[in-house]
Amino acid sequence: MTAPTGTRTTGTRPARLRTVRPRVAPLRPAGRTSKPRRSVLLTVLTGIVVLYSLVPLLWLVINATKTQPSLLSSFGLWFDGDFALWDNIQRTLTYNDGIFVRWLSNTLFYVVLGAGGATLLSAVGGYGLAKFNFPGKRGVFAVVIGAVAVPGTALAVPTFLMFSQMGLTNTPWAVVIPSLISPFGLYLMWTFAAEAIPDELLEAARLDGAGEFRIFFRVCLPLLAPGLVTVLLFTSVATWNNYFLPLIMLKDPDWYPLTVGLNAWNAQAITAGGDVVFNLVITGSLLTIVPLIAAFLLLQRYWQSGLAAGGVKG
Amino acid sequence: MAPPQPATVVPDVDESATLGADKPEARKTRKTEQPRRRRSWVGWRFVAPFLVVFALVFLAPIVYSIYLSFFQNRLVGGNSFVGLDNYGEVLTDPQFWSSVGRVSLFLVVQVPVMLFLALLVALAVDSGRLYGRNFFRLAVFLPYAVPAVVATLMWGFMYGTRFGLVGNINEAFGITLPDPLSPEWVLTAIGNIVTWEFIGYNMLIFYSALQVIPRSLYESAEIDGASQLRIITSIKLPALRGALMIATIFSIIGSFQLFNEPAILQKIAPNAITTDFTPNLYAYTLSFSGQQYNNSATVAIVMGVITMIVAYLVQLRGMRKDG
Repeated sequence: MTAPTGTRTTGTRPARLRTVRPRVAPLRPAGRTSKPRRSVLLTVLTGIVVLYSLVPLLWLVINATKTQPSLLSSFGLWFDGDFALWDNIQRTLTYNDGIFVRWLSNTLFYVVLGAGGATLLSAVGGYGLAKFNFPGKRGVFAVVIGAVAVPGTALAVPTFLMFSQMGLTNTPWAVVIPSLISPFGLYLMWTFAAEAIPDELLEAARLDGAGEFRIFFRVCLPLLAPGLVTVLLFTSVATWNNYFLPLIMLKDPDWYPLTVGLNAWNAQAITAGGDVVFNLVITGSLLTIVPLIAAFLLLQRYWQSGLAAGGVKG
Repeated sequence: MAPPQPATVVPDVDESATLGADKPEARKTRKTEQPRRRRSWVGWRFVAPFLVVFALVFLAPIVYSIYLSFFQNRLVGGNSFVGLDNYGEVLTDPQFWSSVGRVSLFLVVQVPVMLFLALLVALAVDSGRLYGRNFFRLAVFLPYAVPAVVATLMWGFMYGTRFGLVGNINEAFGITLPDPLSPEWVLTAIGNIVTWEFIGYNMLIFYSALQVIPRSLYESAEIDGASQLRIITSIKLPALRGALMIATIFSIIGSFQLFNEPAILQKIAPNAITTDFTPNLYAYTLSFSGQQYNNSATVAIVMGVITMIVAYLVQLRGMRKDG
């Protein structure tokens, strides 16, 4: 794709996940029996919303090909004379001693630990809630569902104050630890595990004398694959896109994720006397979203079926 | 140890989902007593890792901010217990209430517009009458993958009247569009960014719920001579009630904690976006510019309580419609 580092992100993760595809067929919604007539009018009307969704992204792609001067002088929704995309990418990656690459690897680090950990905790916890009866289970559910209603950003300032007491602020752990909890992920894995794992299977494995954790990791985890991919994708997006938490937790630009870094560049360009690098802000923004969009496109079968099966049944 | 309010916010979701998940277990009769007892504690071993981290990043900050809200740190006299003084201060603070008013206005205008558009797209995609329906579903969803920072920077550039897209349009047509970054229009401009980001996500929630409806229902309705509009109002919309509720409650929470978009736009439009533009921005300013941690924690708690009350009321109202 565009940047060498960008391809690395999109390449490894989906590939690893795709190896599990043949084992579990994603659940598909009930097929249509009769085909309704297609409507040009409805297509055009819905097309307006599609334009609304895509035009800003198109704007981003087009303007990532412009130099700083032509950014200000040319029409926003069309290309300008010289095509400066590769030059912009190169400058984005090398500007300020390659700080962008540092931010990219920080982001990857936060996503791998934060989203990976969140997915694992959700899967183990969701399975425990779906397949076991234990004292206090209703209480656990009430607290976790209640937590979804607590404004996340309202928690951020108290969390900062607490973490600064614990000496965790301005370290990567201040970003990773709060990312480990996804109540939505837990809920999704719970409903998914309740449906995808037959009790008879567990009984059979227990009769064979397998331990509970062995049963979970060997027998159940493969059955949970579509749910796991969905939760991993959504927690990855949440961690990759997180802005408020790293903004308050981190002071040292060396630990910034891409989102906070890009905003710092933008702020610098606006400040009087600062280096005007709007072209780098735009190109950096494009590089930031390419891996996520690629992941969504490559994994669409998983997240769409995972959401339909477990997430929201109304 | 659990915060009392969250537990009561969504009691009905609690009930149904727990029952749903339990059913297969509860109905099963155990032949031996011993495994049942062992099983009951094994469940905890699976749930415990989540709960430990959950306690650290959710419960502890709530408890800590409640503690902070009862104290005041002064230059003279140090840290002292002040009872409900901080709450009295926040509840009579005009800056706080103007920020609450702003996000409330945002809530009652932006959320219905966004959910209505999302609903229309979901119905259109689900109807099977579109050419290239998968493309539509994906294209509308894509903005969800864009970070709020990138979305805001991007729209911020486009909003520019001098060299942005708005400026281009003004120049090309010789007109003067209102400046989206002026104090009168900036809330609308933020509403547009948020709508752009979340139409697709909400559309997907509605679409997933529509897909669960058995197709045979439509066929029998058609045989009975029901129009498409009638099918939508009598079958599809009632089936969407749960999904609408979830989407509305998420949107209420999202509106009340609005922060990223105004905080980033603030750099481009410092005159239009004040440091107390939204309650969260206000709490942030109190903490990080004013070092008034006690007041900041109090604002966070009051906002959390307001959010829960509003979410609860909306849920009650939605349930009454069940009839």
